[in-house]
Formats: sequence, structure tokens, C-alpha cells
Amino acid sequence: MSDRMLTMAEAVREAMSIAFDERPEVFLLGEDVGIYGGAFGVSGDMYHRYGSERVLDTPIAELGIVGAAVGAALSGMRPIVEIQFSDFTAQAMDQIANQAAKIHFMLGGALHVPMVLRTPQGSGTGAAAQHSQNLEPWFASVPGLKVVVPSNPADAKGLLLASIDDPNPVIFLEHKLLYKIPGRDPVPEGSERIPLGVAKVVREGKDLTIVATGIMVNKSYEVCEKLAAEGISVTLIDPRTISPLDMQPVYESVEKTGRLMVVQEGPAHAGFINEVIAQMAGSSSFGSLIAPIKRLAGMNIPIPYAPQLEKAAVPQIEDIEAAAREIVKNWR
Amino acid sequence: MSANPLLMGHPLASTENARHALLYMCRIRKFEEAVEDLFGRGMMHGTMHLSIGQEASPTGMCMALTIQDQITSTHRGHGHCIAKGADLTRMIAELLGKEIGYCGGRGGSMHIADVDTGNLGANGVVGGGIPIAAGAALASKMMKKGTVAVSFFGDGAMNEGAFHEAANLAAIWNLPMILFCENNKYGMSSSTEKAFAIDNLADRGKGYGIPGINVNGNDVVEVYEAAQIAVDRAKKGDGPTLIIAETYRWKGHSRSDKNLYRTKEEIEEWRLLDPIPKFIARAIKEKKLTQEQCDAIQQEATDAIVAAVNEAVKAKAADPAGLLDAVFKKVSA
Ligand SMILES: Cc1ncc(C[n+]2csc(CCOP(=O)(O)OP(=O)(O)O)c2C)c(N)n1
Ligand SMILES: [Mg+2]
Repeated sequence: MSDRMLTMAEAVREAMSIAFDERPEVFLLGEDVGIYGGAFGVSGDMYHRYGSERVLDTPIAELGIVGAAVGAALSGMRPIVEIQFSDFTAQAMDQIANQAAKIHFMLGGALHVPMVLRTPQGSGTGAAAQHSQNLEPWFASVPGLKVVVPSNPADAKGLLLASIDDPNPVIFLEHKLLYKIPGRDPVPEGSERIPLGVAKVVREGKDLTIVATGIMVNKSYEVCEKLAAEGISVTLIDPRTISPLDMQPVYESVEKTGRLMVVQEGPAHAGFINEVIAQMAGSSSFGSLIAPIKRLAGMNIPIPYAPQLEKAAVPQIEDIEAAAREIVKNWR
Repeated sequence: MSANPLLMGHPLASTENARHALLYMCRIRKFEEAVEDLFGRGMMHGTMHLSIGQEASPTGMCMALTIQDQITSTHRGHGHCIAKGADLTRMIAELLGKEIGYCGGRGGSMHIADVDTGNLGANGVVGGGIPIAAGAALASKMMKKGTVAVSFFGDGAMNEGAFHEAANLAAIWNLPMILFCENNKYGMSSSTEKAFAIDNLADRGKGYGIPGINVNGNDVVEVYEAAQIAVDRAKKGDGPTLIIAETYRWKGHSRSDKNLYRTKEEIEEWRLLDPIPKFIARAIKEKKLTQEQCDAIQQEATDAIVAAVNEAVKAKAADPAGLLDAVFKKVSA
């Protein structure tokens, strides 16, 4: 085990570089991924290391970019597409949802689309409503797409390598506030994959189960630490991939804790996290619950600009803490 | 500061017009400098896209417009907004997240709209405003308003599907629309040489049956003259025009740009083509303004920005309490 503390941007770059070295058919395309190094610095020096033929700068044309990736993927290449902000996957949605996601099924398995679409999402940068969304429910609601939401650099590396190996289209959603901060755990050297569809139990406790995605895993972790000091122990589960979704650890944990709280940054209404609640409600573990399921999510509003408004729009550490405390205290 | 009625006409038609052209270009310049300063001092959140160096394009275009004519704008939209007559205090207040800001602090730099001056809004999505302007022009035509809709966009936006679809609609429906491209040579780090296989972006007009015109985007007189022809065409019912205004952004794309994709020399060369002294020289030569008047106008612009900043800083911060009610317009009973 190494003790390398990388940021998420560095870990993603490392995974892409390993894949570039392993397979000549892997390439990266997107706006400003070349000499600029990516809008968030993720591709960094890859343009200099791999050249302009494998690190392809594109015009501003998301539909064309993703469509070209789909076509290349059908024809022997293994593209990684970077869309500068997840919000602009909207431009490319036909290629993502109608083409990439359906080709294998619709064509009777004759073709498949080994493509990864990486894109930063989330709020907290003051970039307002068209640059701050959490769009995982858009993708999670389309059969045929795998959806990955890494919460830390080590997972991001292993999951991205697995995503590039996967013969299907994978949407890889990186929270932009995680890019520049080192994770809690070191990032292993080497090229080990983390399989898609396996949730991670981040820490174990007996009083409450929290299921959180993306950056909310980090916020929830802080809450867990704080509550642990007061004798409240919490199990924190990070699904890591939301399609496919691994519910087994959630069931097992709820059977022990009897309390479940789910946390996501995106709006509550029709959000992904509701799927966790729905599957829980239909499972045999449901009877173990001694408290109503608590859902903590973003407000049902576009992300506002001003910092005080932006903060109010999504769950903060204090909100998670208050909700966790309340459910443990009120339901015994 | 009340909104200017606009429809100024030619920048050299009178002393008043020359004064307007210079004042508005200076307001844009000083506004952008103030934004950079507020950012530098940590008073502003988010990011910023400055239009320093590009002031002549929106100023010249908007001098051919009435207050009722509509515009759509871009992420680099402060100049369009000011040129159309927006209130500087409310603009700064928006950037500072204040209640009196144009969007009540909800939109910020990339989303300022000012309905009173016909500004349908800046846009965070490259190309997002182009079809919207086509729609505004369609409404104008259907409702016989006699107005034009101008879409400002960058060279980079011309490679989005939105540009192509909107250009074709404007052409086949003969819409009173102007597609105004500020060609500042780069879409973020992508030079036009890399992003286009044609040399002259105005040639794109031909493919849609739209006249494509090149102008020096750093010459407010030239921009105005082309704009006026396009406006006249649109208002006569002869359809849309594509204007390509050649200009340059002096500053990085946004606050995080290290300018790795262009040379210092290139930036320096373009700084010498500053639209403001260029117009001052012309206005003095044509005896529309004196040097003293020009100095006073520049000072007036500076004073207006300082006053706007001072007022905006003091204004009340936007309150999160109203957010949930802000999503939908109330359905009237
Ligand atoms: C659909 C979409 N894709 C990408 C971006 C990110 N982005 C913002 S501005 C920009 C460059 C735009 O270039 P151009 O249209 O030439 O305008 P300029 O910035 O030069 O004024 C990019 C890539 C975006 N905002 N929207
Ligand atoms: Mg440009």
C-alpha cells in the first residue's frame, strides 16, 4: 500500500494515462483538453505526453463530440469524452440517451459502445444555474447507461479504469469541488480496477445508516466523525456506481441500525437517492426500520449564484449533522 | 442612472453621438476593470469573463438599435448589457449577490437580463441565445412589432448546432434578426484556425442564404455602419444578416486562464489596436469632440462606475428565504 495522497484531478489523470499506456485505442477528446489541460486541469500535461492525436481538442460542439465518440467506439476505438460541464451534456443528449445507450440492445447485440463520458458536476463554485447541476438522475433513468459517481481520488482511479474496460457507455460524474482536494485515503500505484456495481462501506456503526453520493460522502463522513465522539456510531455507505446499484450493504446495515438517512446534493424531487428509498421500501429489510427514512437533498430550485443563496440550496454539513442527530434521538 | 433611449445613430453624426460612443465604450472598459478589481479583492464569487478590448462591437451595434429592439447575449455579456443601456448599479449589485441586482443575486455575471432595455439575457451556454433571438425575431414578425432581434455570440459558438439551426430558421422565415459574431479569435483555448476549416467566418452566411459581412470590431464607426445596414434590411422585411466583427479579448478567458494557447506578443499587438483611443483620434479629427471633452467623458465613465460600486456594496444581500417561491411565475387566478 502506498501513501500517495492525490487529488481527484490527479487520480483521474493517472487512470487515463494508465489506460492510454495499456491500450492504443484509448483516446481523449473534448473542449480545451489539449494545451489548456482541461477547464479543471484534469487532462493536465497529457497533451504533451501523448500528443494531439490522442488528446484531441475539439470545437465547442457537444453533440458532435459525443456522436464522434459513439461512432469511434462502434468502430474499434475506446474514446474518453470530456464534457466541460455536465450541464452541457444536454446538448449531446441525443447521442447519449438515444444512440449510445440503446445501440447494443436495439441492434440485437450486433454492436456495442465502449465509451466513457467524464464530466464535472455540482455546485459550490458560484457559477450559477447553468454550470452547477447534479444530473445523475438524467442518466440513471436511461437503461443502457452505467453511471459512476466517485467521491474520492482512490475510487475515481479504480472506477475510471474499470469504466474504460467496460464494453458499454459509462457516464462518469466528477464533483468539481473534489478536484483540488486530496482524499482521505492514499491512491494505490498500479492499475487495479474497482468493479462497477459494488458499493463501499466507508465506515461502520450501529445507530444509523447513511447512504450518500459524490461530495455528500465527504460531508457525511465529517458528521460521522463528530457524532462518533459523542457515542453515536454511523454506517456510511457510498454506492459509487448508481447504475448498476448495489443495495446489499444497505440492507445489511439497516438490519443492524434500524435507521436510514439518504443524502444527495441534487434536488430531492425525482432525485436518484429516491431509488435507494424505493428499493429499501420493497425489501425484506424494510421491517428492520424503527424510524421513518430521512431524505436530505438539494432544494427543488436551480442553483443560485450568490454564495449565501448557493449554500442554502444544497445540504451542508450542519444540515446533515442536525438530521442525523434528530433521527437517532427521536427514534429509539 | 436612467436608461438611455438609444437609437443614437452614427457615432460621428453629432457631438452628442460621439460622446455616447465614447462614454459607452469607456463605461464597459471601466466596468470590466472594476469587476476584475472586485474579484481580486475577494468581494465577488464565481467566475468572470471580461470583454476588455472588445468594447466597440456592442457599442456600435447598439447605437443602431432602439430600446425596444431585443438582444441576446453571452457569458461575456457585460458589454452588451451596458451598450443596450442597463443600469450600472444593478449590474454590479448582481455580481455582488445583492437583492437589488438584476437577478436578485440568483443569476450573477452570466445571467444578467434587463427587460426594460430589450436585453433578453446573457447566457451560460455557448450558443444558447442564438435560437432564442430567432424566436424573438419570429415574435416580432408575427406581432408586427417592427423590432429586430440581435444575437451576440462568439466565434466558438458558431460551431454549436444551435448556431446552424437558428441561422437556417432565420433565413427560411426571413426573420428580422442579426447574428452578431464577436470573433475574438479564440473560444477559450481553441483558435479559429483550429476550430474552423474556413478562413472567413462570414462565408458561413452563404450556406444559409444570409449575407455575411466582415467588420473591424475594434472600430465603433465601422461596426455601427454595418449594423445600420443590417437593421434597415431586417426592418424592411429582407431578413437576417450575419456580421463578423473581428476583435480580441485582452484578458484570459475566465479567471483561471493561464494563456498557454497564445503568445504575449499577440496580446500586445492587439492592445495597440485599442478601440477607445482609435475612436478618440477619429472624433477629434472630425471635430466632433475635443481632447478636453474626451478626457471629461472618460472621467465621467470612471465616476459612474465608482458610484455604482459604492452604492451596490452598501445594498442588502440577497435573502435565501424567497428561493422556493422564485422558481415559477405565479399562475394568475
Ligand atoms: C454549450 C457550452 N459548451 C461549453 C461551454 C464552456 N465555455 C464557456 S465560454 C467558452 C468559449 C466560448 O468561446 P466564444 O463563443 O468564442 O466566446 P468568447 O469566450 O470568445 O467570448 C466555452 C468553451 C459552455 N459555456 N457552453
Ligand atoms: Mg471567441
